[in-house]
Amino acid sequence: MAGVGSACLFIALLTALYAIAASVYGARSGRREWVTSGRRAIYCVAGLCVIAFGVLESAFLRSDFSFALVAEGSSIETPTFYKVTALWATQDGSLLLWVTLLSLFSTTVLFLTRRSLRDIAPWATAVLGGVAAFFLLLMIGWENPFDTLATPPADGVGLNPLLRHPAMMIHPPMLYTGYVGFSVPFAFAIGALVARRPGADWIRATRRFALIAWIFLGTGIMLGALWSYTELGWGGYWAWDPVENASLMPWLVGTAFLHSIMVQEKRGMLKVWNASLICATFTLALLGTFLVRSGILDSIHAFGASTIGVQFLVFIGLVIALSAGLIISRLPLLRSEAKLDSLLSREAFFLLNNLVLVGLCLVIMWGTFFPLISEAITGTKASVGPPWFDRLVTPLALVLVLLTGIGPVLAWRRFTPAALWRVLAVPVAATATALVLLLAFTDAADSWTSLLMFCLVAFVLTVVSQELWRGTAARRTMTGESWPRALARLTGRNRRRYGGYLVHAGIAVLFLGVAASSAFVDQRDVRLSPGESFDVNGYRVTYREPTAKLGGDSGGTGAPISFGAVLDVRKGGKHYVLRPSRNYYSTADPSLGTISRLFEGEATSEVDVRWGLTRNFWMAIRPDIGSLDKPIREADAKFANASGDVQALIVAALAERYRRDPPPAAFRAISSPFVVWIWIGGGIVVLGGLVAAWPSPEARLRRVRSLYSARVGQELSRA
Amino acid sequence: MDPSRKRKVRLVVALTAAVLLATALIYTSFSASTEASKPSEIKPGRSYELTGKVVNGSIRHDGDDLRFRVRDRDGTASVPVSYTGVVPDPFRDGREVIVSGELEHGTFVAERDSLVTKCPSKFTKDEQSS
Repeated sequence: MAGVGSACLFIALLTALYAIAASVYGARSGRREWVTSGRRAIYCVAGLCVIAFGVLESAFLRSDFSFALVAEGSSIETPTFYKVTALWATQDGSLLLWVTLLSLFSTTVLFLTRRSLRDIAPWATAVLGGVAAFFLLLMIGWENPFDTLATPPADGVGLNPLLRHPAMMIHPPMLYTGYVGFSVPFAFAIGALVARRPGADWIRATRRFALIAWIFLGTGIMLGALWSYTELGWGGYWAWDPVENASLMPWLVGTAFLHSIMVQEKRGMLKVWNASLICATFTLALLGTFLVRSGILDSIHAFGASTIGVQFLVFIGLVIALSAGLIISRLPLLRSEAKLDSLLSREAFFLLNNLVLVGLCLVIMWGTFFPLISEAITGTKASVGPPWFDRLVTPLALVLVLLTGIGPVLAWRRFTPAALWRVLAVPVAATATALVLLLAFTDAADSWTSLLMFCLVAFVLTVVSQELWRGTAARRTMTGESWPRALARLTGRNRRRYGGYLVHAGIAVLFLGVAASSAFVDQRDVRLSPGESFDVNGYRVTYREPTAKLGGDSGGTGAPISFGAVLDVRKGGKHYVLRPSRNYYSTADPSLGTISRLFEGEATSEVDVRWGLTRNFWMAIRPDIGSLDKPIREADAKFANASGDVQALIVAALAERYRRDPPPAAFRAISSPFVVWIWIGGGIVVLGGLVAAWPSPEARLRRVRSLYSARVGQELSRA
Repeated sequence: MDPSRKRKVRLVVALTAAVLLATALIYTSFSASTEASKPSEIKPGRSYELTGKVVNGSIRHDGDDLRFRVRDRDGTASVPVSYTGVVPDPFRDGREVIVSGELEHGTFVAERDSLVTKCPSKFTKDEQSS
């Protein structure tokens, strides 16, 4: 079966190369049949990649350990869900996922544009084929996911326990879909530049792809944060880790792109800027894929030392050189059709928002690559920590949220301060009220940045509600519809606009969560014996009793042993029980005794969180199993060749011993307000994005009409 | 003001803002950064970000303190570390770690919660051979 997979990859590479050659030749010679052939070759690449993906996935499901990848990343005991997802937890497998997604996206966009964009599409086909060819070459040359083992082991190593978390398994495909999705607008931007068609056609054709990529990337980032919060055992959701930053940077620049293309569509301005933005987004997406694999920056997420760093750098260099060269050589064509009429216009504010977003990206990039920069300048590798990021990002984030509120209500071309005041009077009043209430009834003033952020959030939310209300009221007076119906129709008819409002509201809610949970968090680390208590933020936490479980841990990750605790949390009349635990996984290390092996593998925190709309209570435990060291070593000596059943009995006895005579355990308790709103806000953003991306009935009608007229044109030219 | 002059003013304002931001970026990053150093390189009197591997069999729990030794990635020079706070899940013998702190009386006293353990890859070939 591995042979089939390898063959698929090899044929796919040849087909992708053919697609490049055929489309370029077709575009230059004007022979449409070659263009069509090139496009269909991409469909073939997609088919071949899907087959290869299927072969590898079935090997994981069958636990076929003759595949090196399966032996490394899976085992017989691994739960089925994690067998499926173990494919992309390995470097080679994740490359296969990347190229499969890329070929599917390419196929979709090329199929949808097969009758339009005749000048641009062939070049875009060549670019997409080129990207696919690069990834296929990487796999065939250096990281073949279909490598086989001459002597397959009886059982695999198993999936890294840290990755056994539902969010972690959905998070990589989401991120990849985001990264990959941005290659579509990139390819069409390059196509438009090569074909000297710098109008808004390529934007209209691929805008939706950019939006979908943006939604996926955003969802991926949110899921990554959730994983960090609930699995890593430190209780935070963002640490400015290089790999986190690598996913945030293309998202920020992609956000800038989604805004500034509106200016090009409406006013024919910012063409150079838009082309540069999408090239930058795609380069950053490649960089994100590369950073995880290169090991050049210290990060807890990185794959181990890798063999494909140089190849990636060469490819990224090529992409940058190609994009920059093309944009510069087409500068005369990219001149604006209009001038900025006034600084008091929506265009100007879009530009400002772009500068803030790109500025944010540059700050994060500087911080992320600082170890390399400082090594180049001073000769020593130094790095900047989260406080540095917080200090620089906070002011930019505040400006960004302010713009989130102002931007949507501005008029194109020019507006007067009086008109602006008419729209902003109510939101400003609401913001002032919020400020007074916050000062009077809460201690929000302890952190002035958070206080400012809360006010801005109130501002944005009022602006959005006011817009929704005004639009709905206007529609009601015209049509006499009921409130909900008018609101639904209004949104349905102007999906981009109202979807955008929803996204803005979601971002505000997200920042509410970030500001509140980062400034007003209470955390305590304590060591307790059963029966002892401690206080944190007015909560009284009591360690009621230890737990020791064999198999069947609460998360369903397949951990053989898990030690934990039952804790009572009380505040006022409220009472609830938390059960954090720690899973222990076995290792195959032959230098250890049979029983030690069961305890000495990876261990992961299974935190327990009491989610609440106003406050989350988070607890993790680190049991001290030092007291079991001696009995474990005795058991190693006595039962060196014990069968599985005997081992199970011994482990059960050890667990019983821990329960009966528990040593003190280390606990971490975190009480953070409004943290759930980060993910609620993220959900609203995704929802808004989907509303904006969903084709409206009018657009569908337009497409049908343009297809029809294209066909009529074809018939006429034939006649 | 005539349009071309207005444009020039805008350009100057934008460029000034960019230069200011860049200066702030460079200044704050160099002043706030901590040096990453190997155990064989650190000296008392300033703070470092210590990187290296945990020496096999050196991990001891001492009340709330965690004590272990970190050695050069490619050498044998090592330094004892005293640490309090959260221990990342993947922390154990032989793992690569990063921890911030200062050398005091021959012991590297780490800042609370500053320990980062590099994930030993997602179990790739390279990891097992090393």
